[in-house]
Amino acid sequence: MKYKKKVLEDVIQGVFLILGMITVGFVLLITVYLILSGIPAIGEIGIGNFILGEKWASTASEPFYGILPFMLTSVYGTAGAIMLGVPIGFLTALYLAKFAPVKVKTSVEFVVALLAGVPSVVYGFVGMMVLVPAIRKLFNIPDGAVLFTAIIVLAVMILPTIIKVSITSLEAVPKEYEDASFALGATPVETYCRVSVPAARSGIAAAIVLGVGRAIGEAMAVMMVAGNVANMPHLFGSVRFLTTAIASEMSYSSGLQRQALFSIALVLFLFIMLINAALNFFLKRNKEA
Amino acid sequence: MDPIMTVRNLNLWYGKVQALKDVSMDIQERSITALIGPSGCGKSTFLKTLNRMNDLIPDVRITGEVLYNGKNIFDSSVDVNELRKNVGMVFQKPNPFPMSIYDNIAYGPRTHGIRSKAKLDDIVERSLRDAAIWEEVKNRLKKNALGLSGGQQQRLCIARALAVEPQIVLMDEPTSALDPISTANIEKLAVKLKEKYTIVIVTHNMQQAFRISDNTAFFLLGDLIEYSETKKMFTSPTDKRTDDYITGIYG
Repeated sequence: MKYKKKVLEDVIQGVFLILGMITVGFVLLITVYLILSGIPAIGEIGIGNFILGEKWASTASEPFYGILPFMLTSVYGTAGAIMLGVPIGFLTALYLAKFAPVKVKTSVEFVVALLAGVPSVVYGFVGMMVLVPAIRKLFNIPDGAVLFTAIIVLAVMILPTIIKVSITSLEAVPKEYEDASFALGATPVETYCRVSVPAARSGIAAAIVLGVGRAIGEAMAVMMVAGNVANMPHLFGSVRFLTTAIASEMSYSSGLQRQALFSIALVLFLFIMLINAALNFFLKRNKEA
Repeated sequence: MDPIMTVRNLNLWYGKVQALKDVSMDIQERSITALIGPSGCGKSTFLKTLNRMNDLIPDVRITGEVLYNGKNIFDSSVDVNELRKNVGMVFQKPNPFPMSIYDNIAYGPRTHGIRSKAKLDDIVERSLRDAAIWEEVKNRLKKNALGLSGGQQQRLCIARALAVEPQIVLMDEPTSALDPISTANIEKLAVKLKEKYTIVIVTHNMQQAFRISDNTAFFLLGDLIEYSETKKMFTSPTDKRTDDYITGIYG
């Protein structure tokens, strides 16, 4: 009986181990594949020409493979989305976690959860039909599919992440801290801003990093609203992101052009690895605090 | 001696459950008043009523009055933040903010509008001295308060409460999470503090009530059973239930 139990225990543990290894295996596979297929093109083009080249003309008779426009667009677009989305998302979280009546809180949280579940192509579609014409009219520019539009769409897309993670970290602040502040005669606003928010700051930093990760990896929605032309970024110009650079040419590319797309994927992969490292750093610090 | 606080016919309900029943008592200025009784008797609830910390709990209903400075603290004209500034509180579990020792003490004064660095420095030193912890922390004021030991943290919390210059300090079982040596330090401190402040302390520990308090109130199931001078209560209690409790028949 005892022996049987032990065997069963071992088998189940073995199954879990294998399932875990499958996940790790996929990550390894992707990493190795990206490095192997991304490196050759960088070698051929030259790392300087590739990273710092301002011109991308992959199908010209004399092609250029500079991805600086894509990199800068991704960085600016993400930074813009963060600058718009974080204050809105964070203040929403603060309101929901500390001030809102229970009814308001549950209904808004429900809506936020819905927002998180909307497929990105729908964001892109609504952006294309509503935002693009609105921006064209508002700023009186020939085409509304510009970086600024993409930033707004990205900002809305990262809101659910920012709100949810911020709420969790604000609610994890021990009530004792807040009680101590109230007992000193501080008002609710003072208490939440001066005690709760600082106590939750590493969780909030994690929310921001997650938002960055989501924004920089997004392809479909930004492809539909950013114009998708390989220009150096301009707030009211048509631009192409790292993600959309790969997506828009992959279907018909060949030779060095195709290899260069893999190199772009490698760069994007490095960006995301960096963001994950930052996230781990904040989460670890959160645990220690 | 005039009482600093007068409680009259205080009733309190948590939803439908009545936690305090018609409690009336005077709290003497510059003395230590101990509140004793078995768990769930209402002594902590009573304490939290005195600075209206109960306001933070939903579904609390209160009738009766607590007179402080000649005014009922439940009156709509009373600023609850001002009340809590004058009636400070120390909690059961030491709860310093996750910030530096200096910022912990300066938090209250800053809340009440003191910005000058020199003034804050003064307040920090005076409060830490009053709470008998200055010598231990004076060289590490910028260090995080969570690095202190439990007993030090509790004295820091007392210093933090003193920093806003309260008249009354409420202590809710301040030593129940501490070791015997830290407990003795806090008790010594409480006795010293009554020269300047009025202290109301909830305690599970009857020896503690006996050692440090001037007056003792015994609560049972929401009723104030007996309230008298501590010596009298512990030598010749008038109520049989008090006698049973202090001799350890229940509780």
